[in-house]
Amino acid sequence: MTVFDDELQQLKEKILKMGSLVEDALKNSIQALVDRDNAVASRVIDSDRVINTLDVEIDEESIRLIALRQPKAGDLRFITTAMKITTDLERMGDLAVNIAERAIELNEEPILKPYIDIPRMREIAQGMMRDALDAFVRKDKRLAMDVIMRDDEVDDLKHEVLKELAFFMAQDPTTVYRAMKISFVAQYLERLADHATNIAEMVIYLVEGKIIRHMVPPAEAAEGE
Amino acid sequence: MAGKIELEVKGLDFYYAGDVHALKKINLTVYKNAVTSLIGPSGCGKTTLLRCFNRMHDLYPGNRYQGEVIFQGDNILSGSTDLIDLRSRVGMVFQKPTPFPMSIFDNIAYGLKLKGVRKRADLSERVEKALVHSALWDEVKDKLSASAYALSGGQQQRLVIARALAVDPEVLLFDEPTSALDPISTAKIEELAAVLKKEVTIVIVTHNMQQAARISDWTGFLMLGELIEFDKTDRIFTAPSEKLTEDYVTGRFG
Repeated sequence: MTVFDDELQQLKEKILKMGSLVEDALKNSIQALVDRDNAVASRVIDSDRVINTLDVEIDEESIRLIALRQPKAGDLRFITTAMKITTDLERMGDLAVNIAERAIELNEEPILKPYIDIPRMREIAQGMMRDALDAFVRKDKRLAMDVIMRDDEVDDLKHEVLKELAFFMAQDPTTVYRAMKISFVAQYLERLADHATNIAEMVIYLVEGKIIRHMVPPAEAAEGE
Repeated sequence: MAGKIELEVKGLDFYYAGDVHALKKINLTVYKNAVTSLIGPSGCGKTTLLRCFNRMHDLYPGNRYQGEVIFQGDNILSGSTDLIDLRSRVGMVFQKPTPFPMSIFDNIAYGLKLKGVRKRADLSERVEKALVHSALWDEVKDKLSASAYALSGGQQQRLVIARALAVDPEVLLFDEPTSALDPISTAKIEELAAVLKKEVTIVIVTHNMQQAARISDWTGFLMLGELIEFDKTDRIFTAPSEKLTEDYVTGRFG
């Protein structure tokens, strides 16, 4: 193993560390909401500082490697992918903080309804995120494609949640404040899944050298005609 | 981006004297007005391939070509090729500058005189034009009668390029043209390649992968006498198709 290989390995480990912190933040933020636990919510908010520090470190290390090692081919794709993934992870961390903030606000209020679809959305988004990072580590194109496909499930659930909340609000205006906060949470989760999808798309670039972002899938393109 | 074709290599095999099989079934297209670089580890055959393009191998007995190199409709490997004419149309610049032991002016006028340019005014005009093209004119215009040896290595290399350009070649072959030069002189030669390709087609052999990445439009990667991959330079350095190319450009060879 060369010194450069070692540096790439360290970069990869930093991304995984950041990923696992974001994953915890996501899990805890929903737990803070469901269990109405402000202490857990505060922990999520505090942990964002560590995630942000890693974001900066990964960017700095990537820039250093580009300048000093002049990476090419697979190495170049790995480093550019690392830089993009860290941006997505950092935003996912911010969204977990947003969920924790909404949880603290909602915990002040009486319970509107038991959470069923929101934890389900969290579970799918978290699974997508974990698999996207797994796909990154193993350079597994198939797993990355699988992550991308799962994004629709989260979108569908979000629509369900919003429909249900709209019904509550129409029935009883005193629920509006709480229902809006919960719909924000659904929105955050949907965006978390989008970021996991971005990571999966970068993995495909890493493996194949093709940027598939913003491409219309063949099936949809045919429908549009 | 694939423009007109300048040289078309078809099923080229090359044997050095003693039947050393140095190039194996090479197929490659050199596009007009583009820079094509040939990269690969020492002994891979890149210089051997370059030297086929102006039949430099004919200077040594026992060397043998098989296959074709089509240049403007003719197979230049055929016995009827006029080698003097070929080498003026396909010029060559070597690793170490090779000025002739004469004045700057005469270095460039030499080839022109061989081609029958005799009038002093014509010679002056073409010498100036060649020196302007090789980005050397401003540095030497006041000392054209000085010895070429008085120039720095980088200047000598540009002088040699001017000498090749003076006879209006269609192709320029560069064999590691900057490996004996400092970074500033190297940058000048690289810049020159980018400008010159508007008028001539350039094929360059280089050990410096960054150089290939910086200046060439197309890159061929050779190993053990075989062309492993040939593609646009950005493709070779971002997402090559072959594992061997990947290993070579990322420095994980062997």
